[in-house]
Amino acid sequence: MKLFKTLAVSAAVALASTSGAATAGTLQDVQARGELNCVVTTGVAGFAAPDDAGRWAGFDVDFCRATAAAVLGDGDKVKFIPTTGKTRFTVLNSGEGDLLYRNTTITMSRDADLKLTFLGVNYYDGQGFMVPKALGVTSAKELDGASICIQTGTTTELNLADYFRSNNMSYEPVAIETNEEGQVNYLAGRCDVYTTDASGLASTRGTFDNPNAHIILPEIISKEPLGPAVRQGDDEWADVTRWVLNVLIAAEEAGLNQGNVAGHAAKAGSNVDINRMVGTEGDFGSMIGLDKQWAVRAISAVGNYGEIFERNIGVNTGLGLARGLNAQWTNGGILYSPPVR
Amino acid sequence: MAATETSSSNPSLFYRLFFDKELRSVTIQVITMALIFAFFFFIVNNAITNLEAIGKGYSFSFLWDASNYDINQTLIEYNSRSPHWRAAVVGLINTLLVAVAGIILSTIVGFLLGVLRLSSNWLINRVVYVYIEYVRNVPVLLHILLVHGIVVNSLPIPKNALMAFDGTLFLTNRGFYTPKPLFEPAMWAVLIAFIIGVGFTIWFKGYAKKIQDATGKIYPVLWISLGAILLFPIIVFFLAGLPVNLEYPELKGFNFKGGLVLRPEFVALWLALSLYTAAFIAEIVRAGIQAISHGQTEAAFALGIKPSRTMSLVIIPQALRVIIPPLSSQYLNITKNSSLAIAIGYMDIVATIGGISLNQTGREMECMTIVLAIYLTFSLMISAFMNWYNKRMKLVER
Repeated sequence: MKLFKTLAVSAAVALASTSGAATAGTLQDVQARGELNCVVTTGVAGFAAPDDAGRWAGFDVDFCRATAAAVLGDGDKVKFIPTTGKTRFTVLNSGEGDLLYRNTTITMSRDADLKLTFLGVNYYDGQGFMVPKALGVTSAKELDGASICIQTGTTTELNLADYFRSNNMSYEPVAIETNEEGQVNYLAGRCDVYTTDASGLASTRGTFDNPNAHIILPEIISKEPLGPAVRQGDDEWADVTRWVLNVLIAAEEAGLNQGNVAGHAAKAGSNVDINRMVGTEGDFGSMIGLDKQWAVRAISAVGNYGEIFERNIGVNTGLGLARGLNAQWTNGGILYSPPVR
Repeated sequence: MAATETSSSNPSLFYRLFFDKELRSVTIQVITMALIFAFFFFIVNNAITNLEAIGKGYSFSFLWDASNYDINQTLIEYNSRSPHWRAAVVGLINTLLVAVAGIILSTIVGFLLGVLRLSSNWLINRVVYVYIEYVRNVPVLLHILLVHGIVVNSLPIPKNALMAFDGTLFLTNRGFYTPKPLFEPAMWAVLIAFIIGVGFTIWFKGYAKKIQDATGKIYPVLWISLGAILLFPIIVFFLAGLPVNLEYPELKGFNFKGGLVLRPEFVALWLALSLYTAAFIAEIVRAGIQAISHGQTEAAFALGIKPSRTMSLVIIPQALRVIIPPLSSQYLNITKNSSLAIAIGYMDIVATIGGISLNQTGREMECMTIVLAIYLTFSLMISAFMNWYNKRMKLVER
């Protein structure tokens, strides 16, 4: 009995020490490790996918790199953790990942029940449908009885069930684990329709041999504000990551970009918004546990929001997405960053 | 001095721990058990503490909330308004379906291949050998993806469906459609005829054995049983005026409506699992048959027993004793391997409660506990049945 007590005590001590380690700040953990563990998708062209050289590239990837540049001083000090829709929250909550940038829709239950802290929106999206042009379908209302391929583990399934039920239509769901398998099934004609967020549809269509043979139907059946998230309960780390996102959006609004950021940082100019961001006025970096140059490093690593958008998913890329809702509020969109002040 | 202590009549505990064999082994066992308990205590406690630390409790109440998603293959009533536990049951039934169907098919194919593998025909023997070696040396997931790819890519879309047997079978890449039988009330007569047939067979078997024991006369039990179980109900079926209607599948809009459907996901999973496991069963069957020495056959022949009876009364009962224990493991494997269904979108227990429900509710621990408990129960049930069967087939020692 005494023996068991000893064991129990030693177990309790071990337990206490491990849980003690887990409560140290994520910012310090990342800095000590010298590498940011960023949770991304297993591959959505334009958003996060390895390129020909095996280097991760894409819209979400660039935000990870910007964060790494701000925190560690180098946009390449990122370890990308590819996850499926199913595993992403577990990877983040278990502490394996520090930051989630994975086309993740912000919802109340994810925020409150899954114990995540969302940092803001980096892409305003909505669920749409893609069909082969040859089918002759022009509206989602004509899809009664169709077979629909869905990527499982997303909000997509819920929207789809709600949409078809409220319109009194039937359908056959074919739930597929990954985007790639979903594409294979759709192209083979296992399904009439492929559904996911409209940006994902554009991305998927861009990888087809003949993108023009497929159309995206006009109906958008849901609001999908996609945004980054961190574990709940580490406000310091949430502040760092949130303001990296905000400063990239604010930089575009203020006209600060990859090309001119070094010049602005060298000498204080007349634009006080820019001066605050580049650290020539005030010390905003120290408020989030970083130095004055934090935003300069982030912007020179990947550019501002507009540059990230155009380089990865904009009209001149394979995806060909227009800014639409994701334009700055001054340009008719709803992208609106709180001021760095 | 140590020498004097060893001779004392009351040796110290420390001394006895080293030299008293019984005490030593008991102590080691106690320590081992304590370590194991402490380990599990630590793990469970750690999980609970960490869940509490991020504010997530451990509760199954989410099972009664609406699931909010649809499932394509449902053998019971289900829609997106049904609760999560019902989605779990749908998944469980789908898992059972593919496991049971897989066990049946793999056993039939496995026994055939196993016997063919021993064929004296060189060509048959070699072809089966190559097949077995190919199939069992490729991971089962690849087989599943391969079969699914073949079904989905090679068969036409519903609009150009391949029609066979005059509109009674449609082959498409959305599934295989056949007419669905709708039974009329007179079908009860056929069912009753079938039950009478089974009852008669059981009685007749006992009667035939009694006669054989008493007089040595052998009745053709197999043929009479088949007649009672199959022919009798079929005659009643015709006499009752074919009390069945067929609901034919029809192409409506995007898909076929009505009729029975085997979806490509089920077909792919079923065939891939069955053919894969059949290769292992074939080797087990071959080993079982080869384990019986040829002397047994010669002895039976010397006693004047016919070759067919030699096989059924001498060889197979002995071979089964070798075959059954490893066969049980294969049945367990097929059940567990069915969890690979998620790769092609077959909605089994892992895909429903362990997949979509888990993701929608974020209750990983609870959902995984349910999935674990279900697989464990199912595997233990198969084990128990196979152990019972093994005991029955065991050599009865007198």
